[in-house]
Amino acid sequence: MTLYAVIFYVLAAVILVATLLAITRRNLVHAVVYLIISFFGTAMVYYLLGAPFLAALEVIIYAGAIMVLFLFIIMMLRVEKMAERPFSLGQLLPPVFLGLVFLELVGLLAFTDPGGRVVLEAATASPRTFGRFLFQRYWLAVEIVSFLLLIVLIGALFLGRASGRRRPEGTEGDS
Amino acid sequence: MIVPYGHVLMLAGTLFALGVVCTVARRNLVMILLGVEIMLNAAGIAFVAAALRWQRLEGQAFVLFIMAIAAAEVSVGLALIIRAYRRTGSVDEDTYDLLKW
Repeated sequence: MTLYAVIFYVLAAVILVATLLAITRRNLVHAVVYLIISFFGTAMVYYLLGAPFLAALEVIIYAGAIMVLFLFIIMMLRVEKMAERPFSLGQLLPPVFLGLVFLELVGLLAFTDPGGRVVLEAATASPRTFGRFLFQRYWLAVEIVSFLLLIVLIGALFLGRASGRRRPEGTEGDS
Repeated sequence: MIVPYGHVLMLAGTLFALGVVCTVARRNLVMILLGVEIMLNAAGIAFVAAALRWQRLEGQAFVLFIMAIAAAEVSVGLALIIRAYRRTGSVDEDTYDLLKW
């Protein structure tokens, strides 16, 4: 087992544990902070798998921008700790069973398929190579995505603008 | 020489399953959006691993687009949550039953 493999398995364990803790927290702020740890781990996995530029973007966009956005919203919402109503056993068993079958199948597929046993060779795509590739082959997709971001900006402004008076609950009418 | 491709896929699959659990089982709108983020992240790991497996840069390019989509989705989603919160004063998903007959 090489050093890279050890690093990968440790990172995988950290990511999974942090995500598991994140999705079970009742306090939203704690959940977001655990998820930031998970995204940092993901960034390191990207780096390990030869994508340093994407690792930087993961830290900046996911762990930075998106999670800070979540924190801002949580602060604005003044969320009281809601009581999570747990599901009953009859509701819980079928999805858990199906999920286990799914995981079993995926594991079987990943381990018995000869393509899945291929050991990844370390290689790195430098940001220069990546940028050149992106703007030569996928410039149209980049343009479309930037246009999408503009649309989203307008949409978020539209949705988030202060609507006039606060309507009491249950009354109809759009705003 | 890092790890077998299947192991990375297992990591991505498990992470995706955790995201699904978070989206389906939690009752808080913010947690539902967080679950979607986890799922997109898991897809990104699978794409980067595939890019390394076949030594093609397409996988990494797609991760870039996934990140843009995630940012777009989360900003619109949070704006919707704020708007719904202004209307009902709660982020519990069971509050939104206006369409229930």
